[in-house]
Amino acid sequence: MHEPAVGLTAEKIHVWRGDRHVLRGVSFAARPGCLLHVHGPNGTGKTTLLRVLCGLLRPESGVVRWGGDPIETIRSEYQRAMTYASHEAALKGDLTALENLRYAVGLKRRVPDAQLRTTLERTGVGLCADLPARVLSAGQRRRVAMARVLAMRSTLWLLDEPYTNLDAKGGDLLTALLDEHVGAGGIALVVAHHALPLTGAVDRLELAA
Amino acid sequence: MSAAETDVGLLRGIGLVLARELRLGFRRPDQLLQPLVFFLIVTTLFPLALSPLTSLLRAMAPGVLWVAALLSSLLSMETLFKADADDGTLEQLALSSQPLGAIVVAKTIAHWLVSGAALVAMSPLVATALSVPPRALPTMLASLALGTLTLSWLGAIGAGLTVGLRRGGVLLSLIVLPLAMPLLIFGASATDRAIGGENPAGALYFLAALCVFTTSLGPLAASAALRITLE
Repeated sequence: MHEPAVGLTAEKIHVWRGDRHVLRGVSFAARPGCLLHVHGPNGTGKTTLLRVLCGLLRPESGVVRWGGDPIETIRSEYQRAMTYASHEAALKGDLTALENLRYAVGLKRRVPDAQLRTTLERTGVGLCADLPARVLSAGQRRRVAMARVLAMRSTLWLLDEPYTNLDAKGGDLLTALLDEHVGAGGIALVVAHHALPLTGAVDRLELAA
Repeated sequence: MSAAETDVGLLRGIGLVLARELRLGFRRPDQLLQPLVFFLIVTTLFPLALSPLTSLLRAMAPGVLWVAALLSSLLSMETLFKADADDGTLEQLALSSQPLGAIVVAKTIAHWLVSGAALVAMSPLVATALSVPPRALPTMLASLALGTLTLSWLGAIGAGLTVGLRRGGVLLSLIVLPLAMPLLIFGASATDRAIGGENPAGALYFLAALCVFTTSLGPLAASAALRITLE
């Protein structure tokens, strides 16, 4: 990169799944304050791209950089700055919503339970804090996952279809949270099938079949 | 972003995962008890099928104890990473900025505490039923403690390799059982020598060496296996 290297950049990412060429040279640069809307029909590698970006999947060629450094070389620093939310809520059914957050967020930063409760209240599931996650509805689980992303306080959010299962109010809340995050200089990559009604600028990354 | 006072150290991270695993374990007591009941029942079958003669029981007790302990550990191994992989929390753990090796260490120790250590605690009961003399109990307990911890590490490697497979349980047994043979040989012979009144130190040292070997290499091997299956 010739410009000062900040934020997340991907350079010519190629990924093969078996004999299928899923990602064919995806490149982008996401600077602080940028929201990148990853868009495209089913099966075009949106989830694969996010898994590459968070470091779970190694691309066949191409490089993902965080602040100019390849993410494999600064793994723990990168993971501290990044939060990934997969398309499933990733909650333990036998643990309560609060415990789920405590063990997930607690590995990233020290956090008191009271703060986690406040975050759960913010995403509208404060009353579910002490219920086991298995009795929550899909929408409530999604809101708990949203609270987990918030509580991590990361600079970079990688969200895979975060609007799934949310009601209209939940969708508005998520949009407001994204606005706030990006407005404060954060970076977000969001996989979604509909237009994102954000007040700030939204860049689009189109993945074709 | 990551001020020093909010940083999570390695030990704190391991403690947190350990607490999570134990809490999850005790929320599902049926899964904890099944391998223990299995151990109890299998060891009870032998006197019924063979003959309840004290001399015969005493001669076969070490072998029966060890084979039953091995099989019952296999029952709980598959769930080591599988449950977390199924609900997506394994990915979250892997991306938690703690080294994957540390998470594997915490999960394996927790797994040993709720399966292996529980089995060791129950073994005097089974040994008495097989008329093992009380003087052989300390050796038997020590050998089982070392053996089950080693098994947990072997299980972590096997479970890491098979976690992505739909029916990985059988493959897991095929991977772990051959590796567990030295354990069976030295564990049973230590117990056998103690029953016969001989010095079991040699076999116990071998078990301890195997335990140290797997404890030092297990986290590396299991986290490497997990990293491959997470792709």
